[in-house]
Formats: sequence, structure tokens, C-alpha cells
Amino acid sequence: MKQLLSFIKKEVLHILRDKRTILILLIMPVVQILLFGFAMTMEVKNIKVAVSYQYGDELAEKIIARISASEYFHIVQTINNPLDISSLFKKEKIDTIIIFSDEFSNEIHKGGISSVQIINDASDPNQASTVTSYISAIISSFQNEIAGSVQPIRINTELKMLYNPELKGSYNFVPGVMALVLTIICAMMTSISIVREKEFGTMELLLVSPMKPAYIIISKIVPYLIISTINLLTIIVLAVMLLDMPVRGSFMLLMGVSFLFIFVCLTVGIFISSLVANQAAAMLISGMGMMMPVMLLSGMLFPLDSMPKFLQIIADFVPASWYFTVVKKVMIEGQGLMDILKEITILTIMLAVLVIASVKKFKVRLG
Amino acid sequence: MVKVENISKTFKKVQALNDVSFHAEKGELFGIIGPDGAGKTTLFRIMTTLTIPDNGTVFINNRSIFNDYMEIRKNIGYMPGRFALYQDLTVEENLNFFASVFNTTIEENYHLIKGIYSHIAPFKNRKAGKLSGGMKQKLALSCALIHKPEVLFLDEPTTGVDPVSRKEFWDMLYDLKNMGITIIVSTPYMDEASRCNRIALIKNGAFIDVNTPKNIINSFNKTLIALKADNMRQLLKDVRKCSHIKSAFAFGAEIHAVIDNDNQIEDINNQIKNLNHKNIEIYRIPPAIEDCYIWSR
Repeated sequence: MKQLLSFIKKEVLHILRDKRTILILLIMPVVQILLFGFAMTMEVKNIKVAVSYQYGDELAEKIIARISASEYFHIVQTINNPLDISSLFKKEKIDTIIIFSDEFSNEIHKGGISSVQIINDASDPNQASTVTSYISAIISSFQNEIAGSVQPIRINTELKMLYNPELKGSYNFVPGVMALVLTIICAMMTSISIVREKEFGTMELLLVSPMKPAYIIISKIVPYLIISTINLLTIIVLAVMLLDMPVRGSFMLLMGVSFLFIFVCLTVGIFISSLVANQAAAMLISGMGMMMPVMLLSGMLFPLDSMPKFLQIIADFVPASWYFTVVKKVMIEGQGLMDILKEITILTIMLAVLVIASVKKFKVRLG
Repeated sequence: MVKVENISKTFKKVQALNDVSFHAEKGELFGIIGPDGAGKTTLFRIMTTLTIPDNGTVFINNRSIFNDYMEIRKNIGYMPGRFALYQDLTVEENLNFFASVFNTTIEENYHLIKGIYSHIAPFKNRKAGKLSGGMKQKLALSCALIHKPEVLFLDEPTTGVDPVSRKEFWDMLYDLKNMGITIIVSTPYMDEASRCNRIALIKNGAFIDVNTPKNIINSFNKTLIALKADNMRQLLKDVRKCSHIKSAFAFGAEIHAVIDNDNQIEDINNQIKNLNHKNIEIYRIPPAIEDCYIWSR
């Protein structure tokens, strides 16, 4: 026991002596949450709109008033000549132009048919389609109000976005950042710290000592377990306080699943360290082999359902994709233990396989 | 105490060790002498249970490296050829760590390392990476000794260390030997051989000779001469062409050559004179270990 404690103390000293790394490890999740939460938001806000309509047109003015009342749009300009559209987009940085036909109110009052043209800067297709659907929604709700009972029967689709009515991007990013940060710290840092002993020749000394291999591994794990717990709590607190993320399910369940995932990542790190001989290789494998799949195949950036089948199969082998699903279920949808049994089972099987593989791979002698 | 029997080890196509055997008694200072690449480090790794040999076996105090390796690891001290301590930990932290790895404390065995550690104690709060080469070796030796090992394995402990520190280091080994610790030490420096009780000369993975340094020198049964002149490079070429000379090698500031008997010296002197060499010196010398190594077999 004394052996183990002094080994852990040594590991903690290594981490504390390397001030730059510890700073990065503690600040990284904060920066990522702030970046993903605020800067990299996919919600549309502050859209600059220019409008073109005949002065005094009653219905057009009402619609414009509604659009400008929405928090998403700023009417910045009224244009008279719809022909210099392209210069508007280029010089004025306008995002959207709405053009009402010349006799808009009259046409509606007379025949009930008129038209509005929406021109978008579609160089960002996501934003363009979101903006279009917002504006069409405003126009169609207005249309319903002014339509009398004489109108033919129409079926209105009513959309309801469950769990995330405002379609906040952070609901997707926060679970993603949790998976990403835990992977980096647990898998990458653990593998590097074990491989460093090999590279500097100190592993040779540790092997020629009565130190049990299990002790070596436990003492490598403990400090990163602590750091990743701190990171986990930081992320959750920031997400709740700054990004208004809910924690609808049980907090203990969330932490429990997170620890399961942390242990999976730690064993991945140990397994990687048994494969390579130097720190650069460990960094490459855990960077390319772990971080990329977490970013691309967990569902954090791109929805898994729309991926080709073989990518979905690969994603099934990425622990982060299961963790990502669980966090969303527990945090956002408020589901309980019974609803996430499948994911927990899969993560547990992964952990068991990795532990067995690492134990088999760990050498009590030099390679 | 250390019994090495018919060890062979091959890495891919390179035969690192070929049928190596020796015996070291308790309290003996045993040297393994040979140049880089002769197989010394491989032999050390086999003796310290880090590598498994292809053939043969090793017993450390009657414990087999195959079955009792955990027991062996508790009772040996190992200092690898490369400085392998934690560079970001201080001198004291390193020593403390290795003491606790072996379930002991600095205080318990301080008498063992006192003579060595007292040299570096003033720097105990300095990071190990910032120590000089000689101090690093002393710290590494302290760490290898802190658990009072039965046998101490030192792989090239004096490589890259200045001459003064080297001398100090060997003096320390003498003190440890006198405390009853068996020491197996390897070195590429032939001049250090004479400080061992017995030595093994290793060449291309095989032992040439195992004996006391004195006996190895006494068994050198050739007539050895040293030659000097102003133009040493030309001299070596010319000497090799002279009659009576069996073979000649440059040895620092001299050329050493083997001849049949003393009577030929005068004749060789005349031959060299005729080749216009100036300030020629030529005389009979007693062999050193390095001569024995070069002219073995």
C-alpha cells in the first residue's frame, strides 16, 4: 500500500511539475464549452435583412413589422431598386432580401393570390435554409390570421420540437465536448505517461523491482481519473450556468455512466501504451485513432443516421458514440437507468475486452 | 552468487551472445570488459530477468531467472547504461521513490549509501535532470543500492563520466564490495579492468577469457614492443611492412607490435631508420589488458 501511495505521489508530482500541460488540461474544457456554446453556434441570430416593397402597402408593412419583431432578424435597409441585389450582398453584408410584389395588398384583397420573394446568401446552406423556414413560418401564420372563413380547407402542420424547443446547438455540443475531453485526457494522457517511462528507460528500472504491474497501472490511472472528474464537473456546471442546459435525468446516473466511460478511455490509453515505444507514436495513435472518431463518428458534429452504413458500423465500435447517446438521453431527455441499459451493457463489454487485452499485452519483461 | 550457464541470445539475424558462462562469488567485484556492441547490455538484461535467453540459464543466489524472477527482483540492484531516473523529480524525491518501491526507507539503509550520497546531498533539492554526469551516476548508484541488494549490476557506469569522477566511482565500488555486496560491472575502458577481482573479456558476444586481470596478463605469451617516431601515421604503415612484425596496432601515442623475440628489435630499428623516420624509440613493454584483448585468438 505504501508502495502504491508513493507511486501515485510520484505521478502527481510529474503532472504538477509540467505546469503548461496541467494548465491546458484544466482550461481546455472551459475553452471548448465557450467556443462551442457561443462562437460556433449553429443557431441563426442577428440576420441582416433588406426589404423591398411599395411604400404604403398595408399588408407588406404588417409582415415586415412582424419579421423585425423577431429576435432573429434585423431589418437594416429598405431598397427601392431590386436590381442591385448582388452589390447589396457583397457590400452591405446583407444575409437575406425579402421582395414583395408591387401591388401586394391589392392583389390579395382582389384575388387572394400574391407573392413574396426571399433571396438568401446560400454560401452557408445551413443558415440559408433555417432563415427561409423562419420567414416562411412568419408569413404563413400571418396568412392564416387574415384569411377569412371563405378560404378552402387547409391543413396546417404544427411543429413541436421536443426537449429542445429552441433548437439549441449546445444540446448537441455539450455531450460531444464531454466525450471529447474525457477521451483526450484519459486515453491520450495516460498512454503518454506510461510510454514516457519506456522512452526514458525508467520502465526498465520499475520492471527490475518488486513493483506489481497492477500497481504501476493503477498509479498511472489515479491522477487522470481525478483530473477528468474535475473536467466533467466543470463542463456540467458551465453548461448549466452559461448555456442553460438542463440536467433532466438523475445526476448520479449521469456521473455513474461518465465514470464507466472514463474507465473505458483509461484502458484504451493503457492498451495504446502497450503497442508503441515512444511518446510521439502514442500521441499520434490516440490523437488520430481516438479524437478523430470522437469528433466525426459520435454524432457530435454530423448525425449518424444520415451516414453510409459502413461508417455507422465503425461508429458502433467507438465508445464515445455510445456515451454521447447516453448523455443526451439522461441530461436532455431525462431518461432513467432502464432506458439506457443497452448503452451501459455495451460500454461494460468494451471495458471488459480492453482490460483483458491490456493485461495480456502488459509485459513483465522487456519486449 | 551469480551463476551464468551457457547463455545464447539471437536478435533476428544478429547473434548477441554465444554460449557465455561464468561464476561470480559472494563479495566479488566481477568485470565484463568489451567494446560497444559486444553484447554486454544484453547479458545484463538477461541476468536482471528483463530478457529471456534463447539457451542456457542464470541463477542469482540459487534462484532461477525463469521461475523465481520476482524473488530475484527483490534482491538485486540494477543501474542501466543510460541514465534512467526521473529528470523532473529532485534528487531526494528520486531516492525516496526508489526506497519505497522496494518497501524500505532512506533512513533504514542510509549506512550503505552514506559514502556516495554525501557527495550529492548538498544538491538534494535539485532536479535530477540538472545534475552533472558524475553526480547523475552517484544518484543512480544510490537508488540502485537503497534496498540493500545482494548483487549489484552496473552496466557501463563510468561511460561518459570525467576521469576524476571515474576514479571516485571505482573507490565507491571498493567500499561496497568490502560490505559484502557482489558487484557485476561492465565497462568499455580496458584500463578499469585491473580494478576488478576477476574479469571476463567479451568479443562479438562470446567470452574470450575469464580470469583475474593478473593471470590474463601473465598468460600473454608473445613478445610485445612499443614504437614511436615523429610521423606516426607513416610509421604504422611502414612497421606493418617490416619483417619479424606479426601484427601492429596504434595504441594512443604509441604503436604496439608483436614479434618473436627480443633479438629482432635491433633489426626492426634499422629497417625503420632506412625509411627516414626521425626520433625513433623502440622498446620492449609488458602487456596490458587491452593488448591481451586485441591479440586474443
